[in-house]
Amino acid sequence: MTPVTEVTDIPQPRQGDPEITPELVAEHGLSEEEYERVLGILGRTPTFTELGIFSAMWSEHCGYKNSKRLLRLLPTEAPWVIQGPGENAGVIDVGDGLAIAFKIESHNHPSAVEPYQGAATGVGGILRDIFTMGARPIAVLDSLRFGDLDSGRVRYLLAGVVKGIGDYGNCVGIPNIGGEVFFDRAYEGNPLVNAMAIGLMKREELILGEATGVGNTLMAVGARTGRDGIHGATFASEELSEDADEASRPRVQVGDPFTEKLLLEASLELIRSGHIVGIQDMGAAGLTSSASEMAGRGGSGVVLEMADVPVREEGMTPYEILLSESQERMLVVAERGKEHEVRKILEKWELEAEPVGEVTDDGRFRILEHGAVVADIPALPLTDGCPTYEREGIEGEEVKAAREMDLSSFLEPEGDLTPIFLELLGSPNLTSKRWIYEQYDTTVRTGTVIRPGGDAGVIRLRGTKKGIAATTDCNGRYCWLDPREGAKAAVAEAARNVVCAGALPTAVTNNLNFGNPLKPHIYHQLREAVLGMAEACSLFETPVTGGNVSLFNETDGVAIYPTPVIGMVGILDDVEAHATSSAFQAQGDVILLLGENREEIGGSEYLYRTQGMVAGKPPVVDLLAERRLQHGVLGLIQRGLIRSAHDCAEGGLAFALLESALGDGSQAFGVDVELHDRLAPVALFFGETTGRVVVSCAPEDEADVLEAARGFGIPVRVLGHVTAPDGAFSMRTPRGSLQIEMSALAERYFGTLPALMERTEPAPEAGVQEEF
Amino acid sequence: MKVAVLTFPGSNCDYDCYQALKTLGGFEPEFRWHRDRELGDVDAVMIPGGFSYGDYLRPGAIARFSPILEAVGEFARAGGPVVGICNGFQVLCEAGLLPGALLRNESLRFRSFPVHIRVETTRTPFTSTYEKGRVLQIPIAHGDGNYHATPETLAELEGEDRIVFRYCTPKGALSPEANPNGSAHHIAGILNETRNVLGMMPHPERAVEDILGSTDGTGLFTSLRAHLQGAAA
Repeated sequence: MTPVTEVTDIPQPRQGDPEITPELVAEHGLSEEEYERVLGILGRTPTFTELGIFSAMWSEHCGYKNSKRLLRLLPTEAPWVIQGPGENAGVIDVGDGLAIAFKIESHNHPSAVEPYQGAATGVGGILRDIFTMGARPIAVLDSLRFGDLDSGRVRYLLAGVVKGIGDYGNCVGIPNIGGEVFFDRAYEGNPLVNAMAIGLMKREELILGEATGVGNTLMAVGARTGRDGIHGATFASEELSEDADEASRPRVQVGDPFTEKLLLEASLELIRSGHIVGIQDMGAAGLTSSASEMAGRGGSGVVLEMADVPVREEGMTPYEILLSESQERMLVVAERGKEHEVRKILEKWELEAEPVGEVTDDGRFRILEHGAVVADIPALPLTDGCPTYEREGIEGEEVKAAREMDLSSFLEPEGDLTPIFLELLGSPNLTSKRWIYEQYDTTVRTGTVIRPGGDAGVIRLRGTKKGIAATTDCNGRYCWLDPREGAKAAVAEAARNVVCAGALPTAVTNNLNFGNPLKPHIYHQLREAVLGMAEACSLFETPVTGGNVSLFNETDGVAIYPTPVIGMVGILDDVEAHATSSAFQAQGDVILLLGENREEIGGSEYLYRTQGMVAGKPPVVDLLAERRLQHGVLGLIQRGLIRSAHDCAEGGLAFALLESALGDGSQAFGVDVELHDRLAPVALFFGETTGRVVVSCAPEDEADVLEAARGFGIPVRVLGHVTAPDGAFSMRTPRGSLQIEMSALAERYFGTLPALMERTEPAPEAGVQEEF
Repeated sequence: MKVAVLTFPGSNCDYDCYQALKTLGGFEPEFRWHRDRELGDVDAVMIPGGFSYGDYLRPGAIARFSPILEAVGEFARAGGPVVGICNGFQVLCEAGLLPGALLRNESLRFRSFPVHIRVETTRTPFTSTYEKGRVLQIPIAHGDGNYHATPETLAELEGEDRIVFRYCTPKGALSPEANPNGSAHHIAGILNETRNVLGMMPHPERAVEDILGSTDGTGLFTSLRAHLQGAAA
């Protein structure tokens, strides 16, 4: 006998809906195999509304279908992890009854098309991910990649992105404490805009994005739903083409930081009120993903009435309402009977809250329009049933050739290498990013202890002795040349930066920015990078608590460098005593180098700038040595022996010393340094060997620092001294030297980026001149 | 001493002002919501920074119509001390409690970093504990801080010793390079005619603890406290 099941109304096509054809399915980004699975789940042909829902939920952006299997390789657990991947943000315990929520997310595609709004809404989205966990955002960071600045369009993108990030974060009142920007022609068509946010909460205030409690009310909160950003998630999962810009612009959302600020205050008040059991941002794929994911996590079902959703314009179809990515909206699950209280809190903040549906126990994601069923899908197969793929991965021939290239002729220059130093000072990768971070409010909330411009930003946790350090890092060139080593280097550098600021590396959020994974050489990059990241994160005991995957970053078939950005947070137990600057503090202080020099110039800015080349083996990463080094640096800081610590990265030792000497520009100490290594001087000066930290100490502490460092088992040596302000930069080796006045260096170091940005050639937008 | 800290939708330095008042002691800060019609029994008012009502139209242009601003106007006209910082300065200008206006920065970009300002007068309830000519290091964070007024108004401000702070070099010299926004006469802060209303662009509440990199903003709060104690005595 056939078991009797509850008969539900089968969704009927709405008047005006297009017919479901193979072409329409393909336009929705679903493969034949995926569509077969949709048919299997439903047992019938989907309605147009249902097709849209599957398309969004099974896009790479929401469904992680090409990355999910790889992501399982990452370490995600530790005793201090309260919430790992799968929620709006990761959460870690920081002691004193407090917890930190943090996450990074990309807004690459929208920013490529409309840099200002694309970047602004990226910040908005990541902030909502934080405060929907119950945490108040206390800091943001941004990790950016652009093409070379000699292109007018790239300058337009950089200016727009920076203004977008600034205007949004400044208005909401969240300090920007750091990040990174990197320029390389590989990002010309696909800039990367990754935004990270950190929030603070009491442990017991943690709330999840779950729909539980049958009969509880789903309420749409915040801004109304409009026609903007429809299919943004699907858009973010495609390659770009040159003529796609104009056509894609309507898929970019428009942000309103003022509403966000109100929503932030209202949400936190709502969470503390106890009237709600779950809350989630209507982010990518809008109401569809928030409602179905909340049902999926809660093990429940939901029913939503489209006619009850507050909309901006009349005549919106369920398809449009469900897929809109209008910004500054939340979905909350209110306790039944508390709808009025919820509304009162929102009204105080001049926002709306409308009941739009309820939690059911049938495990279905059901959509009504004036009572008629227009979509009816089992929730779990929708959120978790997206097919996942393990693709074929083969290393590209071009990369192999580039990596194997013989670089010995580029190691030849000897003698006075000051002219090369000056040439490298024309690179925005090696010079001050002040032009950018000056546009961000870095000190609002009066918690910022270390501002952008150093190794990691530091914020104090008021009411405790603690602080949080945070950084984002990744060198895409290293990752292109060797994705596994490059990813390890990114984790190692992030941890080193956090340590240099005085913190213990604690946890990671990652943003995997890659090309089209259907191509074997891209899938190879993705897999190798995840493996490298997993190895390094395991060794550093920094679990990955969440993040974001951005694939299909290609323009006209050309991919970006594989760019697995690491966002790392660390804890300072005594922020007042341990927060450490990257800048030299006093004339006469001793400069020391921790770590080993090696003759490595592969993947360096030196090669890119002087030869226009990305080639060679990237710097070797010795994870065990790196761990010892970091343990030692933190030990020196905690014993109060050193006055500055700065990681040696792009531009090598010469730039590490220069950056420490210049600090934030308010002083310019001289540097007098001598090295006895017999290595090629260009490698000694500009090679990017990892695992090195430049520290300084008072002369009377020199012996203690040397002894302590040896005790930690790390190579250490005295390089020289900090000399008088506005003195000279002098660096000598047996085979070469750098010698120049600090004032000349300072002018270039701080002047390069502004000079590049103030170029006056037209900066056409999408190749079209604006007419006035 | 009770200090009302105003909160508009979009204020984001209200909490920082509140904390600074708490940290420095001697004050009882209380928040006032934009819809409140009464300030209540307070001794001073702070209008904090941020983006009141999103700064739509023009910074401060909507806040001036809020119910609480009417109460602030009455309080100021009765001689009560009022400090507007950043967006608060913009609100005070829009409300006509201070002369002039704050235009977009000359660079047309938001600018945020520590600047140096020189104390130009100590004949105010807000600067009496500083020495005249002292150079303070205090952060700015604004897109619209370019003070503008008619030549007559500027002459009046100069003649009546109502310019409280000017942007300067670390050594105290005035120069275009040290002026972050193109402000007329390097103005960073001014008084009203009766010297009880101060508007300033830099954020003294962000420079009251060593850990924040500067304590140079402390004097503003200690001056206000001394003034209120004097008034109470």
